[in-house]
Amino acid sequence: MNKPMRRVAVFCGLLILALLVRVNWVQFVQADDLQNHEDNRRVAIERYAHPRGNIIVDGEPITGSVETDDTDFTYKRTWTDGEMWAPVTGYASQRYGTTLLEGVNDSILTGDDDRLFFNRTIDMLTGEDQRGGNVVTTLDADAQRAAFEGLGDNKGAVVAIDPRTGEILALVSTPSYDPSTFAGNSTDDDEAWAALQPDNNPDDPMLNRALRETYPPGSTFKIVTAAAALENGLVDDVNEETEYEDPYILPDTADVELPNQIPNVCEDASIREAIRWSCNSVFAGLSNDLGNETMIEAAESFGYNEEPFIPVRATASSYPEDNRPQNAQAGIGQASNRATPLQMAMVAAAVANNGSLMRPYMVDQLVAPNLNVVEQHEPDEMSRPMSSDTARQLQDAMEYMVEESSIDTGSVEGATIGGKTGTAQHGENNEELPYAWFISYAMTDEGSPVAVAVVVEDGSDERDQISGSGLAAPIAIDVIEAVLEGENAG
Amino acid sequence: MSQTSNTTVSTGGLPSRRNTELAMLVFAVLIPVLAYANVGLAKEETLPTGMLGYGLGLGLLAGVAHLVVRRYAPYADPLMLPIATLLNGLGLVLIWRLDQEPTITTDALGGPLAPDQLVWSTVGVALFLAVLIFLKDHRILQRYTYISMVVALILLASPIFVGKEVNGARIWITIPGVGSLQPGEFAKIIIAVFFAGYLMVKRDALALASRRFMGLYLPRGRDMGPILVIWAISLMILVFETDLGTSLLFFGIFVVMLYVATERTSWIIFGLLLSASGAVFVANTNSHVGVRVHNWLNPLENEPPDSGNVTETAQSMFAFGSGGLFGSGLGQGFSRLIQGIGAKSDYILATVGEELGLTGLMAVILLYALLIERGMRTALAARDPFGKLLAVGLSGIFAIQVFVVAGGVTGLIPLTGMTMPFLAQGGSSVIANWALVALLLRISDTARRPAPAPAPSLDAEQTQVVRTT
Repeated sequence: MNKPMRRVAVFCGLLILALLVRVNWVQFVQADDLQNHEDNRRVAIERYAHPRGNIIVDGEPITGSVETDDTDFTYKRTWTDGEMWAPVTGYASQRYGTTLLEGVNDSILTGDDDRLFFNRTIDMLTGEDQRGGNVVTTLDADAQRAAFEGLGDNKGAVVAIDPRTGEILALVSTPSYDPSTFAGNSTDDDEAWAALQPDNNPDDPMLNRALRETYPPGSTFKIVTAAAALENGLVDDVNEETEYEDPYILPDTADVELPNQIPNVCEDASIREAIRWSCNSVFAGLSNDLGNETMIEAAESFGYNEEPFIPVRATASSYPEDNRPQNAQAGIGQASNRATPLQMAMVAAAVANNGSLMRPYMVDQLVAPNLNVVEQHEPDEMSRPMSSDTARQLQDAMEYMVEESSIDTGSVEGATIGGKTGTAQHGENNEELPYAWFISYAMTDEGSPVAVAVVVEDGSDERDQISGSGLAAPIAIDVIEAVLEGENAG
Repeated sequence: MSQTSNTTVSTGGLPSRRNTELAMLVFAVLIPVLAYANVGLAKEETLPTGMLGYGLGLGLLAGVAHLVVRRYAPYADPLMLPIATLLNGLGLVLIWRLDQEPTITTDALGGPLAPDQLVWSTVGVALFLAVLIFLKDHRILQRYTYISMVVALILLASPIFVGKEVNGARIWITIPGVGSLQPGEFAKIIIAVFFAGYLMVKRDALALASRRFMGLYLPRGRDMGPILVIWAISLMILVFETDLGTSLLFFGIFVVMLYVATERTSWIIFGLLLSASGAVFVANTNSHVGVRVHNWLNPLENEPPDSGNVTETAQSMFAFGSGGLFGSGLGQGFSRLIQGIGAKSDYILATVGEELGLTGLMAVILLYALLIERGMRTALAARDPFGKLLAVGLSGIFAIQVFVVAGGVTGLIPLTGMTMPFLAQGGSSVIANWALVALLLRISDTARRPAPAPAPSLDAEQTQVVRTT
C-alpha cells in the first residue's frame, strides 16, 4: 500500500504548494491593487484616521477637522462659512470623496504626498501621528464675502482676479451648499447629499457656476471683438468712426436685421461710443469683417478653447468655427459663443493689466505641517492678447462707459472704474430670461489691483428689469470696494 | 519495492523523543502568550487581563496532554501535539483579538467567543486524553466497522431532520444545554474508521476481481455498489444540507482511501468523473452553490452592482491584500470589515493574512503541512493495513479540509463553509480535531514502538498480498 500512499502524500504536498502559490499571488503580486482598491474601506479609514491639513485664506483656516464617534473614521472635515467657500474648497466627504482644492491637493492635505516624506519620517521617529500640510490660497475673504452677499438669493457667479499677478481674489457661485452637511458617513449625510443632487434640486447647488458653467457672454464679449479690431488694424483707434448701418443686416441672410437696444446712436459709431451704447451693429460688423478665423485667434489669445487649471480644472470657453451670420453674432457674445465667468474676468484683467494676461491661480503655497513651503506659485504671463496701446484705448472706452452710465461708483475711492455690461439672451428664440453680466476693473496709480466678472441668472421675474448695469454691476462695485479697502489697509 | 527506506521505524527502536516534544510544547504555549501581549499592547497599550488566564489554560492543557502522551503513548510522533497546541493557541488569540471589535461581537453574533473556545478546547483535549488512555490499540476499532458506518450516517443525516439553517447551510443541530454542534465534524473521523475497516477486508476483491476495459480496471457491479452509495450520500449532503465542503470531503476521502487500498488508478478516474458530474449537477440546480461559484469568479464585484457594497469574498481579499508581506501587526488590522457571522470562524485565515502578513500566513500553512506530513509518515510507518488506511484517511481528511478552507478564503477555489482545523472558532471542530490527532498519535505510537524482539524478517511489507502484475 505504500506506493499509492506516497502518491497521496505527494498530492497533499501539491495542494499545500497550490495554497502557498496562491497566498503569494494575493498578498504579494496583487497586494497593491487590493490595498488601494476603491471599495477597500481601509483606504477611507486610513484617510480619516488623522486630521486633514487646512485650506488657508488671509492667514486663517477656512476648514477644520473634528473627532467623531464613528467606529471607522476618527476625524471628519468641517468648514467655516461652508456655503461661501464651497466653490473654492469643494468637499472632502468620508463617503463621497473629494473635489476642487480638497481633491486637487488631497495628498498634501492628508500628508501622503511624496514631498512630505521627510516630515512623515520625522513624525514617525518622534512618535507623532501623521499630519497633513496646508494649502495657502490667494483669495481675499472680504472680496469673497462681498461677492457672496451681493449675489444673495440670485443664481450666479463672481470671479475676481488681481490683473497684475493672476491671483484669484474671489470665486463665488450661488446657490451654494455647505459641504459640512455630508462630510460624514451617516444616513443624515446621505440625505443631505441626495437633496443636493440635480435630480432632487433643480437649482443644482453643487454646480460650480464660476468655473464649470458656460454662458453666452453677451455684450461683455464686445471688448474682445474691439481688441481684435484694433490689433488687426481694422480700426486705428477707438475714436475713429466705423461704417456700419443701424440696424445691421446679418451677412448671407435674407435681410435678417440685428437691432440695437438704443435707437439712433449706433450708426457709424466709434468703438468708444459703441462700447458705451453697446452697439450690436458695430461689433457684429467688426466680427464679420475680421472673419471667423481671426475672431477665433483673438478669443483664444484671451484663453478661449482651452481648459484652465487654477489648479482646479475649469471648463473651456468656446468660440468655434462657424458660418458668417453665426460668426457675426458670436462677435457680440451670442450664437455659439460660450464663456465661463472666470474667462470673462480674464478678459477684463488683460485690459486692466495693459494687455498682458497673467495666468490665473488660486493656490499661492503648499505648506508642510512644520510650515516649510513645499511649493510656491510664481505668477507668469499666459499671453499678450493686445498691445499696451490697445489696452489703454480700451481702458479709456470702458471707463467712459461706466462714467456715462447709471452705475453708482461713489463708494469707490482713489480708483477709476472701467467696465462693460452685458445682457445675454438665452433659450431658443430668446424665450428664457436673459443673463445679466458685468465685467470691470479698478485702476489706481499703481496699476489695477482687481478685475471682476459677475453673472446673474434669472435676476428678476420681469424681463425689463434685467440688465448688467442694474443687477450685476453693484455686486462688482462691492467686490472692488472690498479689495481696495484691503489694499489700503495692507 | 524497497523494504526499509519507506518507514520511519527501524527495528532497533527509536528514541521516544518525548523531551523534544516537551521543548517544542514550551514554544507552542509561549508564542500564543506573546501574541496575547502583542494584541493587548496594540489595542489598549497595556498587557491584557485575559493573557494570564488563556496562557495558564493553554499551558495546563499542553502540560497534561504531554504527561498523558508520555505515559500512554511514549513512542508517538513528537511533532503533532506541539503543532496542534500552537494552532489551537493561535486560534484562541485570534478569536480573542476579534472579540475586541464591538461590531462583530454583538449579542446577535454570540458575544465574546474566546472563553467558549477555551472551554471547547479543554473538552477537545479531554477527548484527546481519553482516546490515548482508553484506546490501547487502534486495531480494536476494526471491530466497530459497521457500527461506525451506521453512526456516521446518522450523524451526517441528522441536520436534515433536526438541524437549523445558518447562513445558507444546514449543518448544525442544537442540543439543549450544550449548544450548537456540527455533527459532520465528528462523522468525518468515524467514517474514516468505517472506510479503513471495510476496505481492509474488501480491498483484494475490489482490486483484483475486475475486467479490463480500455486500459481501465472496471470493478464488478457488486463491488461498485458501495462507491456509488457513498457518492449518492455525498450528493445528498450537498443537496439537503447545502454543505459543499463536507460533501467534497467525504467523497474525496473515500476515493483516496479506495485508491490506497486497491492501488488501482482507475478508482481515481471514476472518482473524478463522478465528482465532476455531481459538481456540475449541483452547481446548476442549487442557487447557494451557484452564488459561491459566481463570487469566486468575480471576487471584487459589488453586490448589488455598483453600490459600493462588496461581497464577503472581496472583503477577505482586501484583508489579504492590505496585509501584504508582513501584515499590519496583531490587533491593528480591520478584519471587522468582514461582515456576517464568519469573521471568527470561516474567515479567520483572512485575519491571519491581514495581521501577520504573507509571512505569518505561510508559516501557518506550513504548520498544517507539517502536521499532514507527520500523518502521512505515520501511515507509511504503520505495520498493519487497518492502521495504514486509517492514518492515511485521517491525514487526508485533514489535508482536504485545510485545502478547501484555505483555498476558499484566499479565492483559489469557490468558498465552502468549513472550519480551519484548530484555528477557527467552533466547538465541534476543535473537539473532533483533537480526537483526530489522538488517533494519529495512537497509530504512530504503535508504529514506532520497538518490536518486542529483534526479528529482521518481520517486515511491514510481509503481510501484504503478493501479486504478479
